Amino acid sequence: MKLLIRLAAHSAWNRRFTLVLMLIAIALSSTLLLGIERVRHDMRESFSESVSGTDLVVGARSSPVQLMLYSIFHLGGATNNMGWDSAQKLAANPAVAWTIPLSLGDSHRGFPVLATNGDYFKHFQYGSRQSLRFAQGRPFADTFETVIGAEVAHSLQYKLGDKIILSHGIGGPHLLQHGDKPFTIIGILARTGTPVDRTVHIGLDAMEAIHLDWSGGAPMPGLSIPAQQVKKFDLTPKTITALLIGLKNRAAVFGLQRAIADDEDEALMAVLPGVALDELWQVVSIGENALLLISALVVVVGLAGLVSSILAGLGERRRELAILRSVGARPLDLFFLLALEGLAVMLCGVLLGLLLLSLGILIGGPLLEANFGIVLHLNWPTMEEWQLLGAVVAAGFLASLLPGLRAYRLSLSDGLNPRI
Amino acid sequence: MSGNNNNNGKNGDSAIELDQISFRWPGHSAATLQLAHFGVARRDQVFLSGPSGSGKSTLLALIGGIVLPQSGQVRLLGEDMRGLSASARDRFRVDHIGFIFQQFNLIPYLSILDNVLLPCQFSAYRRARALAQGKTLHAAAAALLTSLDLAPALWNRPATQLSIGQQQRVAAARALIGRPEIIVADEPTSALDADRQQGFLDLVQHECEQAEASLLFVSHDHRLAQRFTHRVALDAINSASMAAEDLA
Repeated sequence: MKLLIRLAAHSAWNRRFTLVLMLIAIALSSTLLLGIERVRHDMRESFSESVSGTDLVVGARSSPVQLMLYSIFHLGGATNNMGWDSAQKLAANPAVAWTIPLSLGDSHRGFPVLATNGDYFKHFQYGSRQSLRFAQGRPFADTFETVIGAEVAHSLQYKLGDKIILSHGIGGPHLLQHGDKPFTIIGILARTGTPVDRTVHIGLDAMEAIHLDWSGGAPMPGLSIPAQQVKKFDLTPKTITALLIGLKNRAAVFGLQRAIADDEDEALMAVLPGVALDELWQVVSIGENALLLISALVVVVGLAGLVSSILAGLGERRRELAILRSVGARPLDLFFLLALEGLAVMLCGVLLGLLLLSLGILIGGPLLEANFGIVLHLNWPTMEEWQLLGAVVAAGFLASLLPGLRAYRLSLSDGLNPRI
Repeated sequence: MSGNNNNNGKNGDSAIELDQISFRWPGHSAATLQLAHFGVARRDQVFLSGPSGSGKSTLLALIGGIVLPQSGQVRLLGEDMRGLSASARDRFRVDHIGFIFQQFNLIPYLSILDNVLLPCQFSAYRRARALAQGKTLHAAAAALLTSLDLAPALWNRPATQLSIGQQQRVAAARALIGRPEIIVADEPTSALDADRQQGFLDLVQHECEQAEASLLFVSHDHRLAQRFTHRVALDAINSASMAAEDLA
């Protein structure tokens, strides 16, 4: 066996250029497969760690998934707002321990602006019930103060005391600016690995203040209210986007959910974050499975390439097989010789794929986190990834048998005289 | 010329002995080889001639133990091949027979030295016999390569860098290492020019005498036949009508 391994190694080295190409093909295809699985796993983890301790998310009646997406993940936009009076009514409900009002719609250089109040810093929790922590500074107290997430501070190089200008609306390069009312950065939150990192937080009153002289998404012509004078106006919001609710007793969650749904005053909806996430995964998993299927096919193509290149080389190696036969190699030895080669290339390819994935996460991970808020973990493969790896290795093993079998048959029919 | 002329006895002193052979390749309707008798005595050197299609490669497959005849007996060094399993025949082949082929005799990805030592890798018997000749396997191979006119500078080169003549001499060294009792050379000189043919044959015959090995030299070049006292024409002794189907 040692001899066969040595022979296979020499033979592989002799054809290293072809084999290295096949190795790269297999490495890339397994990187793709594992990468998709890793993104799927870590995306789910990121999402489900984005909020914890919140029992209900309340918003205008739409789809639960949509409500979760914009209120927690700040993806997409709200189709409808809910009334501030409804929010206050809920806050006064005896079963409710705390509420956090959320109002979205503006942005700052691509980062969403979230208007809320001091309760956000007190009650909002993520991960396994961790509270928000300030890396520097304090919560906003005055109207034109802002607290930014860690990623905002990092990617825009902001520090305490910097002045920033918010844009009206989300996305696009030509947004109208709230240039007359700059905000001062008063606090920077510690990194959480959740969408909070990518968020600019302001007070609900500030949200009202910057839109005082606006109407229908544009500044009102001829009207301009300077920042110093906004306090003369009533800055109580009329509507908010969503309300996070924490209950005194979790057992009350379904009762309150029904009560909110049945509310006669406003068409509202209350969503359990976990349930909405499950619903989201059901939608997303169709796409995920399609991606996994495609990447599995890419792996199959890679393996087919490997096998066909070995098989193609076998034609030229019939003489070599006959020589080995003449010096005592059994047909089974030749089977191993050829199967070993495919197996070794495949195993090296899969290992290289794992390495590439880790490199990819090291290099591309921060980019993904900055742009999409998805945190990829550089860790040991998960159970699902081991299963995928196992499937690739098993498929590769079966594929490697083909050249082995061919060599076996050739050595039987050729004997010492290959009929080339 | 009859196949019986170098039969030195059915047992004991015979290296190769084929009796009442009938062999048909699977899928063929008629026999490729039918021999009443063919034999090579120990230490004898036999010239076997025959045009292509006379059943040469079939005969070599039988002698190599690659295949067994449908009927008849193949005895090598007194051992009946029918009594051995396929893998035992593979082992018997490397232990006792050295092969030299027409051309492309060497494994392209191994060095000259590794090519020569290949039989010793597969066979403990050959390894032991090679070590009985030289202190190390390397020394045994070196002695053979030197006596076959291959300079040490070539030994660690890949096989593909050698001329055909040099490659054939390396193949001879591989066949001879560990002193197998039988050397089978299948048209080993056909790719060489006339001068080199003679030189190569000189070396091989000399080395076989030194090693006390039987030599079965297959060729259709009758100029070389004169150098052998025992000559056999395969088409004369093969009575199979379908011999032409033997592709070689």
